Amino acid sequence: MKKRISDSIRRVDAFDKAGGITKYISDMDFEDLQYGRLVRALRSHARIKSIKSPKLPDGYYFITKDDIPTGGKNEIQQISNDWPVFVKDEVLFYGETVGMLVGPDRQKILDLEDAISIEYEELEEAFSIDEGLALKSGKIYGEDNCYGDYHLNKGDVKKGFAEAVTVFEEEINTGYQEHVYMEPQGLVGYYENGKYVIIASSQCPFYIKKAISPVLNTDQDNIVIKQATTGGAFGGKEHFPDIIAAPLAVAVDVIRKPIQVVFDRKEDLSFTAKRHPSRGIFRTGLDAKGNIVAMDVDVTINAGAYMSCSNIVLQRAIFSINSVYDIANVHVHGRSVATNAFPSDAFRGFGAPQGLFLAEMHMSHIARNLGISPVEYKRRYFMKKGDTTITNGIMHDEVKLEEMLEKVYAAGSIEEKLAEYTPGSGRGIGISFYQHGAGFTGNGEQEIIKAKLKMLKHGDGNVEILLSNVEMGQGLQTTFPKIAAQVLEIPIEMISCDNPDTSKVPNSGPTVASRSLMVVGKLVERASRELKERWDEDEEVEVLVNYIHPEGCEWDQATLQGDAYPTYGWGVCAIEVEVDPATAEVETKGIWTAHDVGVAIDEMIVHGQVNGGVIQALGYGSLEKLDYKDGKFQQNTLADYIIPTSMDFPMMSSQLIENPYENGPFGAKGLGELVFDGGASAFADAVEYAIGKKVYKIPVTPEYIMEVKNRD
Amino acid sequence: MTEIAFVLNNKKISVEAEGATRLLDILREDLGLTAVKEGCGEGECGACSVLKDGLLVNSCMVPIGTVAGCSIETLEGLRNSDEGRCIIDAFADSGAVQCGFCTPGMVMASIALLRVNAHPTIDEIKVGLSGNLCRCTGYDMIIKGVQLASERGEGIW
Ligand code: FES
Ligand code: FES
Repeated sequence: MKKRISDSIRRVDAFDKAGGITKYISDMDFEDLQYGRLVRALRSHARIKSIKSPKLPDGYYFITKDDIPTGGKNEIQQISNDWPVFVKDEVLFYGETVGMLVGPDRQKILDLEDAISIEYEELEEAFSIDEGLALKSGKIYGEDNCYGDYHLNKGDVKKGFAEAVTVFEEEINTGYQEHVYMEPQGLVGYYENGKYVIIASSQCPFYIKKAISPVLNTDQDNIVIKQATTGGAFGGKEHFPDIIAAPLAVAVDVIRKPIQVVFDRKEDLSFTAKRHPSRGIFRTGLDAKGNIVAMDVDVTINAGAYMSCSNIVLQRAIFSINSVYDIANVHVHGRSVATNAFPSDAFRGFGAPQGLFLAEMHMSHIARNLGISPVEYKRRYFMKKGDTTITNGIMHDEVKLEEMLEKVYAAGSIEEKLAEYTPGSGRGIGISFYQHGAGFTGNGEQEIIKAKLKMLKHGDGNVEILLSNVEMGQGLQTTFPKIAAQVLEIPIEMISCDNPDTSKVPNSGPTVASRSLMVVGKLVERASRELKERWDEDEEVEVLVNYIHPEGCEWDQATLQGDAYPTYGWGVCAIEVEVDPATAEVETKGIWTAHDVGVAIDEMIVHGQVNGGVIQALGYGSLEKLDYKDGKFQQNTLADYIIPTSMDFPMMSSQLIENPYENGPFGAKGLGELVFDGGASAFADAVEYAIGKKVYKIPVTPEYIMEVKNRD
Repeated sequence: MTEIAFVLNNKKISVEAEGATRLLDILREDLGLTAVKEGCGEGECGACSVLKDGLLVNSCMVPIGTVAGCSIETLEGLRNSDEGRCIIDAFADSGAVQCGFCTPGMVMASIALLRVNAHPTIDEIKVGLSGNLCRCTGYDMIIKGVQLASERGEGIW
C-alpha cells in the first residue's frame, strides 16, 4: 500500500547535521581567506564631517563609498532603494555602515577599527512612533515620515457608531523582538572567472543578486549567489544579508580575494534588524447587548530609518487586525513610521503576530468588561466560509475553529480548569485564536514572483529538483523530495534538492511568507506528474513548470481590496499559568494547540514547526525584552536578551486538523508563520485571568505584572 | 606562545598557542574540528560544547592554557562511537534536528548526561540540556531524542 504523505520519515539532513558533518558558512575553507568587518557610524542622526583612518599595514583595506566601481550606485536595490551601501552624508540610525575593514587577521582588524575616527555634526533624533510622526528629527521620508499610510473600510463604520450605546477605547503595544537564529549572519565573497560569487547564509539568494547588481554596475548574470546551509533565519536572513553583501561585493571588487564576513553575537544582536514594534489604538462601539457594532483602529509600526519591507509588514498587520472574527463595520488606519531607529524588518509572521496580538487582547478586554468569558464572546464572531474578509474579499476556506477548540479543550481539560480557577486566583488559562494568510499578499505571486521550477531525470533514474528556496531548518530539503517521491513512486533517496546556486537553478522565489511548501511545493507536485508521464521519453528528461494563479482569487493592490490571500492556516492555542503572588514570576503549566495546515506533508516536521514556533512566540510574549534607548538596543548579549531554554516551558500538546487546500501539494497550506501567531496573546490572556487585571503590552515580564497589579 | 600538550579525542597532541587563546579557536581553526560551533562566544548558547575530562564545557570560555594535560572530546571523536551513533540516530528519528546549528552541542550535552544518568526523567533531561540554546525546535523533540537514546542505548554509556 502507498504510504500516506503525512507519515513521518527521517529528515534527509538530520544525520549529517547531528554528526557535525554539515558545513555552515564559517566552517568552509578558502585559500588566502580575508576577514571583513563593518565599520559603523555610532550616532543615530548626524552629518559626517570627516572620517580619519590610520595608515593601514600591507594587506589591509578600509573600503568606503569611494571604492564603489565607476557607474555603480551607493544604494542597495531592495523593495525600495533608499538604504545606502555606505552612509551618504547623513547618518540616519545608530550602526549604519560607513565602511568595511578587510585583512588577514581578525584581531588586527579590531585594533584598526578602534583607530578609525569619525567626526560628526549631531542632529536632532526621533525614536518613537510619535516622535517620527511629529517630524522631531525632520523629514526622514516624504512629507510626513509615513512610508505607508493605508485605510481599510468594511461595512459602514459611521452607521455602526450611530447605533452604539457605549464606545470602548484602549491602546495596546508590542515590543521589539530579535530573531536569535543560532548561526549569526555570515557571507563569503570572492571573484572567479569574471564573476562575483557570494556564498550566503540567507533565505533569498536571488534577492542578494538583485540587491548588489546596481552597486557593482554589472549585469545580474555576472553575479552568482550560492546558498550555504543556513543555521536558522526566521525572517532575519530575508533582506538583511543584502545589507552585508553590498559592501562585501565592493570589497571583493577591490581586493579580489575571498573575504568572509561573519558577525559575532554581540554585533548581531546590536546591529541587525528586529521585529517591528507596534501600537494599536482601538475605538469599539457596542450595542446594549454588548455586540460589536463598529470598530475603528489606528495601527502604527516603528519602521526605522529605511523602508525595507515595512509597508508589506504593515499590510499584513492591518489585514490581521480582526484576527479570526467577522466584524461588520470596521475602519483601520495603518501607518509605517520612519524614525531614527534601526530599520525593522521581516520576522516570522511579518506583521501578523502584532496585528493578532492587538486584536486578541482587545476582544478579550471587551469580553471581560462585559463579564463574559473571552472564549464565549469571541466564538460569536468566528469567521465562516463565505463571510467577508477585512479587505472585502471572500473567505474561501472551510473554517474549523469550533472543532479545533473542542480538541484543545479535551486535551487540556480546559472546561474543568476554568470552572476551578477564579479570575485573580493566581492561576489562569488563556486561549487565542489566529489565522495566517498563506503566501504572498494578493497577486504578488502572479505579478512579482512568477515562480519557475525545473526537474531533471538523469540516465541512472535519479531525479534532481532545481529551485531557489532554501533549507533553513523548516525541512524543505525533505518535504520537496517527499512530494516528488510520492508522485513518482520512487524512493526519496533517488531525489535530490540541494542548496541553490543562482547560476544553476531557476528562480522559484524567496523563502518567505509561508509560501515555499504551498506554492513551490505545488510546482514540485505538478512537475513530478509531468515527469512521470514523460519518464520513458528519453534517457534524460527535463521538465520546467511555471506558477499558475488560482482561479477566483481577485486582488487590487492599489486599493488593497479583494482576496488578500488564497487561503489561510488556522490555530487555537491554550496556555495555563500560575503567577507567584510575591514575585510575579510566571510558571507555564500547560500548552495545548490545534492547527489547520491543510494536510501535513510530514507530521513530525509539522509538529517540530509547531513546537518551535509556539515556544518562540512565548518568548516574544513573556521573556524577550528588548529595550531601545538613545538609538541603541540595550540587550546585546544572550545573557541580557533572554530566549527560552529547555527549562522555561512544559512540553506541549500539538494536534492537527485535516482541511485540504486544493492548490497546495497534496492539500498542504503554509504553516511556518501560523504557528508563531498565537502564543503571545494566549500567554498574556492567561496572565490576565490569573491576576484579574488587564495587560496592555508584551513582553509580560514579572516587572510589568507587578506594575499592573499595583494599578487601581 | 607556549607549547600545550593534551589528549584530543583519545590522541595525544600538542599545539603552539598563547595561553589565553580560546579552546574553541584552536579546535575550529588550527585543527579544523568544525562540529564545534560558535553561536555566541560568551558562554551562553552551548553550541561550542565539548567534554573536558568528561565534563561538559563551553569551549569558547576555556583558555587553551588550562587544557594542558587534560582530555578533550569533541563530536568528531564521538560520532562514530556507540554513544555518538546512538544519540545521532535517536535525534534523527525523533525530529530533534531542524537548522542543525545547535545540534552538535546538544549531542555533546546528551552524551554528558547519559554517561552519568542512563535513565533520566524529563526534568533531568531538561536540566542536562539547559545550557544549550535551540531557537528552532522548542526542545520537545530534542528531549524525546534523548529519551529514545536512553531506551535504545542500554548498557553503552
Ligand atoms: S559559543 Fe560558546 S557558549 Fe555560545
Ligand atoms: S535546530 Fe536550529 S537552533 Fe536548534
